[in-house]
Amino acid sequence: MGAIDIVSYFLILGLLLAAVRVVTTSNVIHAAISLVFTLAITAVIFLLLSAEFVGMVVVLVYIGAVIVLFLFGIMITRAPLGQNAELDNEKNKTLGLVISLSIFALFSYVIINSFDGKMNITEGTSTQVLGEILLTRFVYPFEIVSFVLLAALIGGITLARKDNALIDEDQV
Amino acid sequence: MSVQPFLIAGAGLFSMGIYGILVRRNAVMVLLSIELILNAVNINFVVFNAMLSDTLLSGQIFSIFVITIAAAEVGIGLAIVLMLFRNRQTANINEFDLMKW
Amino acid sequence: MVTMQTINLLAEGKATYTDGGVFAEFAWIIVVLPFIAALGITFFGKSLPLKGAEIALGSVFFIFLYSCILFYLNISKGVASEFFVNVGSIGSFQIEFGWVVDGLSIMMYFVVGTVSLLVFIYAINYMEGEIRYTFFFTSLTLFAGSMLVLVSAPTLLQLLIGWELVGVCSYLLIGHYWEEKENSSAAMKAFITNKIADVGLMIGIIILALSTGTLRISEILYQATHDYEAITAVAYIAGILIFIGAMGKSAQFPLHVWLPDAMAGPTPVSALMHAATMVTAGVYLLGRLFPFYQGIAHEALDVVLIFGVITLFSAGLIAIVQDDLKKVLAYSTVSQLGYMVTAMGSGAYTAGLFHLWTHAFFKALLFLAAGSVIHAVHTNNMSEMGGLRKEMPKTFITFIIGTVALAGLPPLAGFFSKDEILASLNHEGHNLFFMIAVAGAFITAFYMTRAVLLTFYGEYRGHGHPHESDSMMTNPLVALAFLAVVAGWVNIPGIYTGFTNWVTTRKNGIIEYHPESFDYFALSSGLFAGIIGIGLAYYIYQIISRPEDGDSKIKFQPVWRVLENKYYLDDFYFKYIIDPVKLTLSKGIDRFNTEILDRVINSFGSAASYLGGIIYNKFDQGGIDKALNLTSSGTDALGGRVKLIQTGKTQQYLMYFLVGVIVISVLVLLVL
Repeated sequence: MGAIDIVSYFLILGLLLAAVRVVTTSNVIHAAISLVFTLAITAVIFLLLSAEFVGMVVVLVYIGAVIVLFLFGIMITRAPLGQNAELDNEKNKTLGLVISLSIFALFSYVIINSFDGKMNITEGTSTQVLGEILLTRFVYPFEIVSFVLLAALIGGITLARKDNALIDEDQV
Repeated sequence: MSVQPFLIAGAGLFSMGIYGILVRRNAVMVLLSIELILNAVNINFVVFNAMLSDTLLSGQIFSIFVITIAAAEVGIGLAIVLMLFRNRQTANINEFDLMKW
Repeated sequence: MVTMQTINLLAEGKATYTDGGVFAEFAWIIVVLPFIAALGITFFGKSLPLKGAEIALGSVFFIFLYSCILFYLNISKGVASEFFVNVGSIGSFQIEFGWVVDGLSIMMYFVVGTVSLLVFIYAINYMEGEIRYTFFFTSLTLFAGSMLVLVSAPTLLQLLIGWELVGVCSYLLIGHYWEEKENSSAAMKAFITNKIADVGLMIGIIILALSTGTLRISEILYQATHDYEAITAVAYIAGILIFIGAMGKSAQFPLHVWLPDAMAGPTPVSALMHAATMVTAGVYLLGRLFPFYQGIAHEALDVVLIFGVITLFSAGLIAIVQDDLKKVLAYSTVSQLGYMVTAMGSGAYTAGLFHLWTHAFFKALLFLAAGSVIHAVHTNNMSEMGGLRKEMPKTFITFIIGTVALAGLPPLAGFFSKDEILASLNHEGHNLFFMIAVAGAFITAFYMTRAVLLTFYGEYRGHGHPHESDSMMTNPLVALAFLAVVAGWVNIPGIYTGFTNWVTTRKNGIIEYHPESFDYFALSSGLFAGIIGIGLAYYIYQIISRPEDGDSKIKFQPVWRVLENKYYLDDFYFKYIIDPVKLTLSKGIDRFNTEILDRVINSFGSAASYLGGIIYNKFDQGGIDKALNLTSSGTDALGGRVKLIQTGKTQQYLMYFLVGVIVISVLVLLVL
């Protein structure tokens, strides 16, 4: 058990603690901040697993953009900031806990019994190589995903703008 | 380095996401929990990529795709929540129960 | 793999035709252009000075010019060639698109180009200040483009795609003012009625494709005219099914119900739809597949004839009782389409297409003139018009020209085309149908004269001061009036029969009867019927009563009511088709709830309580009694609980789902 193993165990522990905080805290802002921690630790894990570019994407896209979007969502929907006992659905709590724990148990059982591979993480991943593969072997999915993003952009605008904007615009 | 701790971490994130989806009342919090699930998937992709030493880096590329789709999903999801909020003055998903008996 | 293939008909020894040269080769431009224009209008339309109308107009003007060139080539040399673009294959079927440049399609290009151009010019002014102006021009351009996809189709697949695109665009345009429920349901009705017919067309196409092994129309027609066994065996059923498709688009009885309701759209749409781009599609389809019908599916052709005759007569009668000016014209269109289909059914290919050709011009004229009237008086109802001949002289004169052309008086367009249909019916010896068609000519003349008298004569009965429309609107009227006068002169038996040559210039030859000179019996009966119709209408609405009185003098109640209710066809559809489907479905679900679910639960409860009652009476025992009551109320409570599963709460549903997933996963793990 080398130093890197110990580091990774600490990271995983932190990851899980932050994730628990995301789903249990009764303060919406704390939940979003905990998600930032979760994602940041994920990014570090990616760096550890020699997926540097993906780690950077997580930081930029998730922490940079998605979380900001979430904070906006929280504020626009006027979720009570600060402690809020109403945030959880008490009726669902027990069954939800049972279900998520059994899913976790199922997954762990499968993982422990079937996956015992070792990882080779000595060398890093060249972003150049990644880019070349992305634009050769995966160029179709890449283009399609960009269309999905465009569609989501248009869909988001259409959904979120006010209804009467539809009529006003045509009378211009 | 063994893959199991990372995979179990992914499983943990996944089941916490499920818990959040089931228990949270606020629609934005539900979306937040979905992000945890997607993140669990990302971790699995990257771990398997490292385990298989794939020269095509499929795992990493797919986790990039997942991140992209997640961004799109958050955009649309928040737009829907916003729309619901505008119409019903609440983001509490327990109140959106028109599909009942 | 995209490859292009040209079929040169000169190589097949038909030296009288040319392949059309470079103009035919680039004819795809006019099919693709409207779609590019529609994209352009969508993205840049609103920032342009005319809000996108100029792009639409430009593209249509180009189509018009190009079709004129093709038309000239066809007149001077005769063009017949087809071009294929192979985009792949499914099984043994080659998926091909392409374009046909032959007499028939060039005639349609010209009709679509001309009518669209004039309608677009008209619409710029007519739609000014209306809601969704830019979107309207996008849809209108797409509408014209879809029709071009349809008429340029060398394969059944492309034909079907164009066919459906036309349906979708008509849905958009009819429902242009969708804020009012009535309009959006009219659009829905048009779309669904067409869709029902399209199922017929689609099955017909599948049958034809499977029996011939190809989707190319010219190949199918070749096999049909050379009596290939596989296609001959299915000819009757395929012919009927394809005609059902044509019935939907070309509004043949009993699928014509959508067309009058389609008046809910703006008037330019009605004009375009009724003259060039939609209802002609069915007749065009029959014309395109005519060698097939003539060669091996004559039994199907008899069915076509019968439906055509029923349509031309019944729709004409309804037109008499309409008060809505546009609806008079709509039913008149249905009736005239009946004439075209009758002609096709009696084997007169040229006569049917000739009527399509003349009708396109004078019906577009009538609709645009009616639109000009409606624009001025702000109502569709003739009971609120009257006396407009002084205020709107240009509209009045052009409307009169359209009326006379439609009524079939010489030397206007309708006279020649209607006469040719009557002549061919007479020649084929369909005496009964000939008489009905003559009666139809009488009815046509009657209702059109009625419409003219009620709209333009007598005293003005509406409000405000109507005035003549702008020149942007009247100039297209004048142009169309000119065409309505001269369009018939291209096919005068014994003098000049150019039109016959134009539309028979095609790969799969047409064998049909052409009169050497006028059939004077048919001619005089048609003319006589028309004059009688005009005279009778004039007598009723001008001499024995005034236009202000409306129809009061001739309202023969029982007949009138049947006609006003359109033979109760809509009621029939609602009562026996739409409602049963709707109600049985909802009733079925309701019954499942009340009778099965509730009854199972209730019967447990009631059986238990009944049993409890007997035992209570018999044993009068508190202990047993209590236990049984518990069973009964327990069942009842269970029923209540089971019902509660349907909470409408998404999270609970997700929970049930996940519990199921976990159970299944555990089972799988245990078994493996």
